[in-house]
Amino acid sequence: MDPPALLTLKDVGISFGGLQAVKQVSFQVQEGQIKALIGPNGAGKTTLFNLITGMLTPDQGEILFHRQAIQGLPPFQIAARGISRTFQIVQLFGHMTVVENVMVGRHIRTRAGLLAAALRLPWSRREEAAIRAQSLEWLAFVGLQARADDYAANLPLGHQRLLEIARALATDPKLLLLDEPAAGLDMTETERLKDLIFAIREKEISVLLVEHDMSLTMEVADEIVVLDHGELLAEGPPREIQRHPAVIAAYLGRDWEK
Amino acid sequence: MVRYQRWLQAGAFYFLVAITGSLLPGTYYVTLLNLIGLHIIIVLGLNLLMGYAGQISLGHAAFFGLGAYTSAILTTTYKVDPVLGLLAGLLLSGLVAVVVGIPALKLKGYYLAMATLGFGIIVAIAFQQMDWLTGGPSGFMGIPPFRLLGWSFKTPTTGFFFVWTVVGLILFLSLNIVDSRIGRALRAIHDSETAALAMGVDAQRLKLLIFVVSALYASLAGSLLAHTTNFIAPSSFGFMFSIKLVTMVVVGGMASIWGSLLGAAVLTILPELLAVFHDLEVVIFGLILMVVMIFLPRGLVRGLLDLWEFRQRKQQGR
Amino acid sequence: MAPPCPAFFWTEQQCAGGPGSPLISGIPLEKLAELLQYLFSGLTNGAIYALIGIGFSIIFNATAIINFAQGEFVMLGALVAIALHSLGLSLPLAFGLAVSAVTLIGLVFERLAIRSAREATAISLIIITVGGGVLIKGLAMLIWGKDAYTLPPFSGQEPLVFAGATILPQSLWIMALTILLVVGLEAFLHFTILGKAMRAASFNPVAARLVGIRVSQMVQFSFALSAALGAAAGVLIAPITLGVYDMGTMLGLKGFCAAVIGGLGSIFGVVLGGLLLGVAEALASGLISSGYRDAVAFLILLLVLFFRPQGLIGRRPSRSS
Ligand SMILES: Nc1ncnc2c1ncn2[C@@H]1O[C@H](COP(=O)(O)OP(=O)(O)OP(=O)(O)O)[C@@H](O)[C@H]1O
Ligand SMILES: [Mg+2]
Repeated sequence: MDPPALLTLKDVGISFGGLQAVKQVSFQVQEGQIKALIGPNGAGKTTLFNLITGMLTPDQGEILFHRQAIQGLPPFQIAARGISRTFQIVQLFGHMTVVENVMVGRHIRTRAGLLAAALRLPWSRREEAAIRAQSLEWLAFVGLQARADDYAANLPLGHQRLLEIARALATDPKLLLLDEPAAGLDMTETERLKDLIFAIREKEISVLLVEHDMSLTMEVADEIVVLDHGELLAEGPPREIQRHPAVIAAYLGRDWEK
Repeated sequence: MVRYQRWLQAGAFYFLVAITGSLLPGTYYVTLLNLIGLHIIIVLGLNLLMGYAGQISLGHAAFFGLGAYTSAILTTTYKVDPVLGLLAGLLLSGLVAVVVGIPALKLKGYYLAMATLGFGIIVAIAFQQMDWLTGGPSGFMGIPPFRLLGWSFKTPTTGFFFVWTVVGLILFLSLNIVDSRIGRALRAIHDSETAALAMGVDAQRLKLLIFVVSALYASLAGSLLAHTTNFIAPSSFGFMFSIKLVTMVVVGGMASIWGSLLGAAVLTILPELLAVFHDLEVVIFGLILMVVMIFLPRGLVRGLLDLWEFRQRKQQGR
Repeated sequence: MAPPCPAFFWTEQQCAGGPGSPLISGIPLEKLAELLQYLFSGLTNGAIYALIGIGFSIIFNATAIINFAQGEFVMLGALVAIALHSLGLSLPLAFGLAVSAVTLIGLVFERLAIRSAREATAISLIIITVGGGVLIKGLAMLIWGKDAYTLPPFSGQEPLVFAGATILPQSLWIMALTILLVVGLEAFLHFTILGKAMRAASFNPVAARLVGIRVSQMVQFSFALSAALGAAAGVLIAPITLGVYDMGTMLGLKGFCAAVIGGLGSIFGVVLGGLLLGVAEALASGLISSGYRDAVAFLILLLVLFFRPQGLIGRRPSRSS
């Protein structure tokens, strides 16, 4: 018997005007798994992330999380159910400090409303203190505690990517989607990212990773899904994928030609 | 220290109000200060909406008017107690804000500006045209002053204490909101709505919430206006006043609560100072609006600080 | 006195059919004539709104700015033409000179207010153009005072009778010249180098710059063009409404409604929006109450924004994620 899947995609598809960006894609992410999603530029990886997180609604198919359909739900509800993400093009709250960025991640796990906040009720102040403490912990987890009070916009790109991960983790996800977290990082930073991804798994958070850095992908992923022109091309453990003829032809081959 | 900061601020504020109130020279200055106070209340709300949540409104004069007219009509025509009139105004403004806000806040940028502008003008026309209810263009007279626990706030000076007590309260609430989980989420929406959504912020609901709050602030100010001046006219609630409110926010500085106080004060006093120029008043006012916005688009405080820093750097460069 | 027999809708027989009005599907003839009357006055105003709205849309497409001073160009057009005419210039000459003068003012406005504010946010640009409008209106009040001035109609005062409704010759002038201006403008935008460059610069400023179009010049030109259109609208409407220093504000806002209703991206859409607005207003003020005339425009504006934010014709998406 297979363990119950955390996330299941069944024949998911979407098109933009004439362009079918994602076509009949089905795969699963198991609990505790690190799964990678690879494919050439424009394959539809980010679009798939947008579908899973509710930024887009699929034209066809089903997306199940904890065996419940989530397609068509607004993004904030999907976040509440335990899916969080980072962005390929960093989307930080630039006018806010580093720790405040992470504190926004605690939003759905806390409840002080307008009235409690406006009146500074004691319980809401305790909650606020807890939010700050937890956020500082997540910052320490990714190694950014020293920059807590800087403005997010002033961080170098590598730190911004880490901050996005900390912010996403602060929502207490069961599944974390990382969209090209290594893009723009140098070698030591990439090495640290690898350790971070393993550390995230230690916290019983599954990871779905989109990454162009093949050596990183092959090292961290338990399983790899290959997407090309919106279609699922292959799925399997890294070794198999590396040898898969269709993958080499469609994806790696094209990269090697450059 | 930080724990008691808010209380120290509140103490200092009310001390200042008490001193000013007892030293005030004549009715003219009291009336002007009352008007500044009312404008501060509206601008604080509008700044929550514009500066923090990043949503523009070119129609907030309408909520000011809804509060004022509800209070005026209920207390004068139907002899309701002013406090109940004020509450009724809040209820009406809140409802209208929800009905308008739900479709309008789906729009972004200029389209939201256009929708709120249209809403504001429709309401202003209604004030003019429903003369059986509002007294029409010539205005509404004989509105009774506030009565609270046997106290009547009849004179401008008692009105001053009443208005500025409320200003202090609203200031306290606003500072707290900005500092809270809700304020943080609003700023997040402003910086990146996409990321805020992905982090679980219900952006649509929060935008509506703060739109309603800002409408309630404006309505409250409207009711206070009705009861402290005892006379209101539709010309105070038109398109130009909405623009003036937005200008107060921008001149004071977006997302700056203390700046709002400055913006409201400066733009309320300015026309008074310009009155000596008679017909030139409007011309100079228009000119000042343009010049300030062109050269200090981030508001007076931050703009002047920027200029000063620039000067410093240039001198060091030499 | 018997009502004049309408020219082509009814046969003589029906017309002479008796003391009561002949009925066409239950509507009395007077009612039809009345509706026609509203239609005429609606189309007249609508054409003016369309001209002003096109000005908004030209600037919006070139700069993403809503120019709240647009209505003041209309007022200036009217008052300058009236002043020139009262100095003894012929009407066509006064028209031409007024439009040229206001075009120049539009250029100066762009230069002083808009170009100096390159760093400004959308909100401060709104305030800048509103401030500019206030300034222009204030200056006009200094020059002309608060009196209303008349301009003689382009030809004839006698209303023409048409199917029981009357129409002023000036209305015909307005509609004819509006059609001429719109067709001319479309031809200019599609068939001249300058027009094509303007369209390119508004579709994609970066690409336009790459192919050597000077975008800042196009922005300047868009202000000139919309000031000219606004001024023309002002001269056209002056014989009907009189010229006053504060006539521009409401006209400007109506033109702006027309532009949004039709869809800011398309000139044809703006014309449609303007005419629709004019007719809806005329019907509302005739059938409901003239006091709410102005509210109708903004009500339609809200309905369009809420249910079809890209405008009736436009394709520009209003929401992006
Ligand atoms: N909102 C949208 N509207 C129209 N087309 C879109 C939209 N989003 C994505 N696309 C198109 O869908 C296709 C897939 O894009 P997507 O961003 O998902 O690719 P990707 O696999 O993430 O590529 P990359 O490796 O470059 O990030 C592309 O052709 C893209 O142009
Ligand atoms: Mg991508």
